[in-house]
Amino acid sequence: MSSLDRIRNFSIVAHIDHGKSTLADRILELTETLSEREMREQVLDSMELERERGITIKAQAVRVLWRGHQLNLIDTPGHVDFTYEVSRALQACEGAVLVVDAAQGIEAQTLANAYLAIENDLEIVPVVNKIDLPQADPGAAATEVAELVGDRPERVRRISAKTGEGVEEVLDAIVDRIPPPEGDPDAPPRALVFDSSYDQYRGVVAFVRMVDGSFSTRERLRAMAAGTRFEAEELGFFSPDRRPVPTLEAGEVGYVVTGLKDVSRLRVGDTLTAQEQPAIDPLPGYKDVKPTVFAGLFPTDSDDYPALRDALDKLKLNDASLFYEPETSQALGFGFRCGFLGLLHMEIVRERLEREFDLDLLVTAPNVAYRVLTKAGQELEVHNPADMPREVELVEEPYIRASTIVPKDYVGSVMELNNERRGRFHHMEYLSEERVLLTYDLPLAEIVYDYYDQLKSRTRGYASFDYDIIGFEPGDLVRLDVLLAGEAVDALSLIVHREGAYPRGRALVERLREEIPRQLFDVPVQAAIGSRIVARETIKARRKDVLAKCYGGDITRKRKLLERQKKGKKRMKQVGSVEVPQEAFLAVLNLDGERR
Amino acid sequence: MSPGVRHLYVHLPFCAHRCGYCDFVTLVGRTGSHRSYVDALLAELELERQALAADVETVFLGGGTPTFTEPAELARLLAALPAADEVTVEANPETVTPALASMMRAAGVRRVSLGAQSFNPRLLAVLERRADPDVVRSAFYDVRDAGFDNISLDLIYGIPGQSAADLASDLAEAIALAPEHLSCYELEAKPGTRFTFAHGDELEAQAEAMERYFELVVETLVDAGYRWYETANFCRPGRQARHNLGYWQGRDYLGIGIGAVSTVKGLRWRNRPSLGGYLAALAAGRRPPREEEALEPAVQRRERLLLGLRLDEPVSLAGVAGAVDPSALARMERLGLAERRHGGLALTRRGRFLGSGVTVALMAESPAKSTI
Repeated sequence: MSSLDRIRNFSIVAHIDHGKSTLADRILELTETLSEREMREQVLDSMELERERGITIKAQAVRVLWRGHQLNLIDTPGHVDFTYEVSRALQACEGAVLVVDAAQGIEAQTLANAYLAIENDLEIVPVVNKIDLPQADPGAAATEVAELVGDRPERVRRISAKTGEGVEEVLDAIVDRIPPPEGDPDAPPRALVFDSSYDQYRGVVAFVRMVDGSFSTRERLRAMAAGTRFEAEELGFFSPDRRPVPTLEAGEVGYVVTGLKDVSRLRVGDTLTAQEQPAIDPLPGYKDVKPTVFAGLFPTDSDDYPALRDALDKLKLNDASLFYEPETSQALGFGFRCGFLGLLHMEIVRERLEREFDLDLLVTAPNVAYRVLTKAGQELEVHNPADMPREVELVEEPYIRASTIVPKDYVGSVMELNNERRGRFHHMEYLSEERVLLTYDLPLAEIVYDYYDQLKSRTRGYASFDYDIIGFEPGDLVRLDVLLAGEAVDALSLIVHREGAYPRGRALVERLREEIPRQLFDVPVQAAIGSRIVARETIKARRKDVLAKCYGGDITRKRKLLERQKKGKKRMKQVGSVEVPQEAFLAVLNLDGERR
Repeated sequence: MSPGVRHLYVHLPFCAHRCGYCDFVTLVGRTGSHRSYVDALLAELELERQALAADVETVFLGGGTPTFTEPAELARLLAALPAADEVTVEANPETVTPALASMMRAAGVRRVSLGAQSFNPRLLAVLERRADPDVVRSAFYDVRDAGFDNISLDLIYGIPGQSAADLASDLAEAIALAPEHLSCYELEAKPGTRFTFAHGDELEAQAEAMERYFELVVETLVDAGYRWYETANFCRPGRQARHNLGYWQGRDYLGIGIGAVSTVKGLRWRNRPSLGGYLAALAAGRRPPREEEALEPAVQRRERLLLGLRLDEPVSLAGVAGAVDPSALARMERLGLAERRHGGLALTRRGRFLGSGVTVALMAESPAKSTI
């Protein structure tokens, strides 16, 4: 059993691709936690998708031994959508290794992570990685990162996680610089839940940092925020697979097998305590994370609806932040309105549904949550444009503070983009002679479509970007409806800024006119704000549709031809009396993703 | 009226040449087989005779090119076929002579359907037709001169390279001949034909421009006093093709010859198209090899609907009960595409231009599906 001063709890934080996972791999190797034979790249990223995208989605915690100390490495997700998970993971630590790419220097998520670490009073061990790369400039990167964390450049470790050069020194620095955990081993037990996963045989497994006291196997525990009660079926730590232990002591990091069958009953950030002699106050900082981005998910084949429901139920087991409720669209049939922590989260969920569950999905244009005050004085939160009342007193939309780091030549391009997106300049700072940090306040709605792509193309990929939600602000927002033969197509309704409504409506109706086949009658395609039509096209009726001849010899063939056409119609979506092929919806929904 | 089948179709597959757009059962040349083929036809007729009514109403000789058949064999066949109110023979203009026309008239033929297709030499060449416009006209006069007072002309429109003016002039030429009946077909580029291979892309490219040709055909012929009594057929008053009307009204019919189709009491069968197999079976006194299809009552009603809606007279609603989706009917009525009159269902004028689409819309889901 380790006493507190032999324990170090730390995270590795970095901008995407700066080498966090590679460093973790080397640490496991050097500490002989894994033999070389067991080693595979990025062993901590266990999901297929994580390995493929090179990102970490679920945090994990691994215990390693180094020179008589117990080191708990808490891996964190690297993306903005999972900021809350990162902050919980950091709260479980006393220190953080901040990794910066020697060729690229500080990027937006380096900043975000460094600020989070500083907020959590962590000791930061700055590291410049990839010094083996020919284009590496370790000196410049070290100066940048030292300035950022308030340290001296010579204290910044220069390493190559790939070759292993300098990694032992990083482990030494962790032992030397990061303080041991504080906590009262004799106080009523308190443990911070910084992540959880779902095991289909054993239920929810909580990843915890024991702060005070201790837990023992079979002890009856309680989650203080959720009020959930359960028995600790098993306690243990990861090395990197599960190693059961009889107790978890103050300062240690490990897991609790809860037997709970529902992840939503034990949320990240909650405090576990004992049912007998419980702690009075929970650990600070718990918040219920709310989804910020919403979209409708519909199976392209309506027969797959039960399969989609089952798949979401399964995903939810491992992802408490995923929100969904049934949605019925007149145009797209039965599906779900889903809420996500952000765009990446949405992409990941969608990809997992399509890949792991083999579903074909139609995803509506993503939108943010709006706060609405109706004319009648009622306050609503709207997650679906189709639910937005056409007459409102006030609409508020979420705003973000966006931090962008770019080479100075692209500052103008970023400012131009942000101005087009209703951005408000906040701050500009030269991080070095070449690189500039720009902060803007922007409506979240302006980045949920193609902001990343635009940013990337206008800065030739040199920009890095991160954001925080800063609150709600009123906006001149309108609901834009698309009408086919006078009937609103619910799945295509959008909430847009009034100034953008006309071009958006124009693009939508033009695309629909191209995509919807001619019908037996003229079909007006309109975009409308309330009762005002802002754009209109007409799909002209077919003039001729006959089978040229039909005599005794070909009745069967002609009948089968018509029967086949009848079957084909079943695959069409019916909007009023207009038959719309699935592809038309796809094309229009893509248009939203592509451009505006 | 005696019980039994009142409509007899006789298939004569022989042609001098196969036109590029044709997908009928045809045999080029083979003049040596004409005699044995007629023998076989008569043998098949004997085998099926018990199905025929005592008073057959119509006989139709189609092809192929019936008039390409050796005249002596054609005469022998005509003499042996049952007498009927309407006996029609299809003729290609280049095969028609005054002698042939007189022979047919004498043999009891009452109606001649002449495959004119076009009066434009350029377009006839595209269709690979062998007659030039003068031959078409002289064939028509030969038939008329032989005493026929019921002549039908076939026209094809939508030929690659055919302008609206070309079509108007074809229609004017046809009307000038004063036929009692006209069949006007849009050229169909049928998959797998030589024609589609050569002209398919061109046809697709001009499809939009030709969309109004159908309207042009209907307007011109109706203005000239013809009745648009079926999707593709026009007639002087009382001169409908009674044989074909039998198909569209859902009556039973017997078809003999290779590839011929019969529908009798809910059973449909089609003779296989092989000449050798046909001749051999009948020489041995057996029925020729054929494929059968039992028509469920629901299928019969659906066919009744799709055939009946081709006519200008309403189809009886009772006869198509269950085949029509009532909500679709209401929608089509609202759109002015279908209407109910005299207890029957018919397409409106505009609905008839969209007959296929409206029929598909009106069709109830197939019963096999709805019982699940």
